[in-house]
Amino acid sequence: MLRYILRRLTHTVLVIIGISAISFIFLHLSGDPVGLVLPQDATQEQIAALRQEMRLNDPIYLQYLHFVTAALHGDLGLSIYTREPVVGLILERMPATIELALAALVLSLAVAIPIGVLAAVKRGSWMDTISMTVALFGLSMPHFWLGIMFIMVFSVQLGWLPTSGRGTWLQLLMPATALGVSLIALFARLTRSAMLEVLSQDYVRTARAKGLSEIMVVGNHALRNALIPLVTVVGMEFGFLLGGAVIIEMVFAWPGVGRLIVQSILDRDYPVVQAAVMMLAIVFVTVNLLIDLLYGWLDPNISYDGRSK
Amino acid sequence: MVPLEEAPEPAAPGAVARLVRELRSNRSAMVGGLVLAAIVLGCFVLPQIWGISPTKTSLVTRFLPPVWGDGGSWAHPLGTDNLGRDVLARILAGGQVSLLVAFCTASVAVSVGLVLGTLSGYFGGWVDSIIMRIGDLFLAYPFMLLTISVIAIMGPSLPVLILVLALSDWVTYARTVRGSVLSVKEREYVAAARSIGTPDTEILRRHIIPNVLSPVLVVGTVRAASYIIWESGLSFLGMGVPPPTPTWGMMLSEGRDYILDAWWLATLPGLAIMFTILSVNLVGDGLRDALDPRLKGNN
Repeated sequence: MLRYILRRLTHTVLVIIGISAISFIFLHLSGDPVGLVLPQDATQEQIAALRQEMRLNDPIYLQYLHFVTAALHGDLGLSIYTREPVVGLILERMPATIELALAALVLSLAVAIPIGVLAAVKRGSWMDTISMTVALFGLSMPHFWLGIMFIMVFSVQLGWLPTSGRGTWLQLLMPATALGVSLIALFARLTRSAMLEVLSQDYVRTARAKGLSEIMVVGNHALRNALIPLVTVVGMEFGFLLGGAVIIEMVFAWPGVGRLIVQSILDRDYPVVQAAVMMLAIVFVTVNLLIDLLYGWLDPNISYDGRSK
Repeated sequence: MVPLEEAPEPAAPGAVARLVRELRSNRSAMVGGLVLAAIVLGCFVLPQIWGISPTKTSLVTRFLPPVWGDGGSWAHPLGTDNLGRDVLARILAGGQVSLLVAFCTASVAVSVGLVLGTLSGYFGGWVDSIIMRIGDLFLAYPFMLLTISVIAIMGPSLPVLILVLALSDWVTYARTVRGSVLSVKEREYVAAARSIGTPDTEILRRHIIPNVLSPVLVVGTVRAASYIIWESGLSFLGMGVPPPTPTWGMMLSEGRDYILDAWWLATLPGLAIMFTILSVNLVGDGLRDALDPRLKGNN
């Protein structure tokens, strides 16, 4: 187990180094920041001084080393626009984005798992057909369009929910649902197919033969095993949530990292864009590390030393 | 959306006829295929015959509702927007962009994934390690964020959009192909070919690649639906194909400002996206079922 955790940790660290390199390259490619920082009539001396200060004269590998060292000290540079440290700008907005992503995730799991289980248990019934057809539609709807439709119906027409902002759970409801709908569809389909697979296994037949109630069989024996494939997909879809949040945050004026990224792109404030993307990617990698460890706890059949038991 | 590792078994050679038969007996795949064909024809052929410009503005015909609405007319079947442009013409023109992006992205990503996945699976060793570690890195980046940060630098345009989407997603294909190659290369006929001294390139061309093509094409079809969503999402943010070319995402974003009195502007392009994706998904599901009967009805 320890070896497995160590290996996963090393892997995660390597990936984070890779992410930092990509971010650095993007930042480098985004052009000479001097022209964006200094006014048009800056003197040659001012330009030279700033280049020196920003270490733009160093060879590129030194610049990268400097970037990494600074990053380890929590310094990802200054916003070109406001001259504030970008880490502060991003951390300020990170909770909003994570709140939205988690709300969408919890909501979609809470709705999808019961639907998927019911559809599998009542396979071929009208419930199965209807829920899987609805799921197919759910998978096909762009979440930002759904968000606009929600605003049109529930805020503009009915006046039930606020159109934008963050603070109360009423304001969280529409963005989280819009973001979660395609996941509900995906998770419901996955739960259904995993349940169908599990329900045909020997141990389920044994449990039934022992005379256990159907609820015990489905809830205790089958569901627990059916959830295992779901866990991996949840990890991968967390990336979708973080990326999708960029658009949903624009639709609902949600004050998260996504909106900061889009605004910074419009302002050509590349240090903010790259740092925000890098930090979201690191959140994503960390979530996946945690999920992999959770996976081992859920499924005792997983071997940690690379061999199967 | 199939889990990445779950590559369907490669189809046996000469399975095309069986595939067509399977697809024909799959009602939802047939419906999806017909709808998709109608959408493709509608987007690429209808504008040629109909001849209404998607970009021509007209101040006297602003905010006309669709034909069934109060004051709508057949001159503009789906109404007009805030600049008096015809909504149907714009939806059809936007469809050309979405379909083109989805098709080209899938083609580029499948090609890259096919080459790298084949190298990785066939040669193994350090080639495999390097390609797969780079792949891990791409997977670690949330898809949307990777595309946004590249487009932020390079500026939005059609080729950039296609390349960026394809580059963000080649790993999906490389992994599928690698999985198939690993299983195919252990088959007797490959061992036989190798034992008589057939060169690697010949083995790859004659025996491996034909057998790994079908699963990767299925994944490509299923993923094409996501490309349409991401393309419209990026256009929605102003990072897609730049104006004046209409795109579905851009129409949504413009229509958002008028949801109070012109509901059709934001609603209709979204419906266009939904039905296109729905039909692509149905076809993708049908293809997967046809190639891998084991999964049939389970998804």
